[in-house]
Amino acid sequence: MFDGGKRPLVEVEGLKMYFPITAGLFRAKVGDVKAVDDVTFTIFEGETLGLVGESGCGKSTCGRAVLRLYEPTAGSVLIDGEDVLAAPPGELRALRPKMQMVFQDPQASLNPRMTVAGIIGEPLDEHTTLNRAQKLARIYELMDKVGLNRDFANRYPHEFSGGQRQRIGIARALALNPRFIVCDEPIAALDVSIQAQVVNLLEELQDSLGLTYLFISHDLSMVRHIADRVAVMYLGRIVELASRDALYEAPLHPYTQALLSAVPEPDPNAEKTRQRIILKGDVPSPANPPEGCNFCTRCPKVMDLCRKVEPEYREVAPGHFTACHLHNQTAG
Amino acid sequence: MRNGAQPVLEVTNLKTIFRTRGGEVHAVNSVSFDLKPGELLGVVGESGSGKSVTMMSLIGLLPSPPAEVREGRVMFDGLDLLKCTPAQLRAVRGPGVGFIFQDPMTSLNPVFTVGYQLREPLMKHMGMTKPQAQVRAQELLELVGIPDAGRRLKDFPHQFSGGMRQRVMIAIALACDPKVLIADEPTTALDVTIQAQILELVKDLRQKLGMAIVWITHDLGVIAGIADRIMVMYGGQIVEHGTVKEVFAKPRHPYTRALLQTVPSVRGERAEKLNVIEGQPPILRAAPTACPFRDRCSLRFAACDAANPARYEVGPGHDAACFWDFETNAPRREVTEKADV
Repeated sequence: MFDGGKRPLVEVEGLKMYFPITAGLFRAKVGDVKAVDDVTFTIFEGETLGLVGESGCGKSTCGRAVLRLYEPTAGSVLIDGEDVLAAPPGELRALRPKMQMVFQDPQASLNPRMTVAGIIGEPLDEHTTLNRAQKLARIYELMDKVGLNRDFANRYPHEFSGGQRQRIGIARALALNPRFIVCDEPIAALDVSIQAQVVNLLEELQDSLGLTYLFISHDLSMVRHIADRVAVMYLGRIVELASRDALYEAPLHPYTQALLSAVPEPDPNAEKTRQRIILKGDVPSPANPPEGCNFCTRCPKVMDLCRKVEPEYREVAPGHFTACHLHNQTAG
Repeated sequence: MRNGAQPVLEVTNLKTIFRTRGGEVHAVNSVSFDLKPGELLGVVGESGSGKSVTMMSLIGLLPSPPAEVREGRVMFDGLDLLKCTPAQLRAVRGPGVGFIFQDPMTSLNPVFTVGYQLREPLMKHMGMTKPQAQVRAQELLELVGIPDAGRRLKDFPHQFSGGMRQRVMIAIALACDPKVLIADEPTTALDVTIQAQILELVKDLRQKLGMAIVWITHDLGVIAGIADRIMVMYGGQIVEHGTVKEVFAKPRHPYTRALLQTVPSVRGERAEKLNVIEGQPPILRAAPTACPFRDRCSLRFAACDAANPARYEVGPGHDAACFWDFETNAPRREVTEKADV
């Protein structure tokens, strides 16, 4: 649980990431894909913020924009008090060791021509002045930390299984002693029995190194396990953000409610009786979002107001934020 | 359950291997099961456990080489599918056995309209003329809940979203009114809200059309909601099989038990630490002579290294391939007796 005494490590304010749509011979700009549209949240030191949503909702883009792997359209991101989005290239480079990323597909994010030692050691070459022996010692230390056998340091990524490859990716992210790691669907490509191994590793590392995570996933049950607070994204916006228990036990936004009710449960008796909220249709295109509330085209509780006015994202209970007209009146 | 009925599909002792440069891989080892009319059989297991290969072997969809179906018998409609000529098999695929593939993006042809791809099986297998097929194609799209079906027939696959494409795949599989529908991870690539839509659709279609379905997935939650019976696969063989109620309430194989414990839940109690199945699934270089799960099993004892356990009956219509007896919490009597002799 977060409490008032905790120090915010990552402060994201009004983050927007628009991708231009071009058309015609001269590639004139005809519109924007609003992948991330005015997102504001804070991550406290040592906590895990889960970011969930369906594919295409902008959660990965959001994670990348926070680390400035894209150039965001607008907004500000403070990591440990330093403005990541405003930093000139040289300063940004100096900030990089503090913030790292673990990618979804360990197959695609590891260079197949580099050995494990080369992959884990590359950030050390770039950002430190360690000599060979010191570097190798650090690589071994990292391999021990993530549970990889030291003897495999000279092997190539294809010689490892999916779970082990993800451990290599985690070791690389840890190389520079970061404070903050964005985990972008780190377990989505892994088998069920391996997922638990990687999640437990991430939790152990968090405890021993005091890491702060932004954990991006579409797996709501795994996020419930790992996150302290959870943000739900829909069509580029955060529709609800609350502590884990509040979000899973008493979700306020109709989208969160539908999302949670759609998760099947490995219990045949519960499944027979459970009432699902089945959403109609698909997510609208982020190039042409509906007027008013983003969710109004699929919302089971839609009102006239929702089709005209965009709901304000506000705190409706201590630490519980949502953007929904249903909760605006009660709070106001 | 429909216990008395004749099975529509009966698979006995199926063995499939792949010839690779590194040697043979024994992907399916002596798999036997049957499917009753109108029932939904769930098949779970992690990648590489042989669930897809088993189903593709049945109707000759595996490229050979490298694949080779070594042994077995697959009885469908009085026909042994493994002995059929290619022409006979083609006649079975479609009206006999329909197939839904995992990835709707790669299994639809991007250069033909959805209407064309729906009409094709109707004209080939059902002997319809083009106008007849056109009418039926529209009905099928309506059946799977695609709005404005008449107009959408002219669209290409890329104009559909992931969930809609999967509905098109289902419509194509249903086109010839198959007796058996094999669905290979049909919702794995989809979001939970879309998955919920597809699951409702399948429940609904089952009631309307009454076909038997084999549903392959790695998601135990999906199986709990829709299946009558469940088959758990590991290392190319069936390690546990029974009614969904029985298997979830009384799992009798350590792998099933571990699988049920590793999956966190969105409801109910939240564990501080996830249970883990240590280690990696086996690589099946040779036909198994010992239990394939033994390296990851906490209950391993001498018998597990000596032989590959057979499927013992552990309850009514419930069997598990394990030497450990969870009722008495001791090795099975069959094992100890054998050791005494």
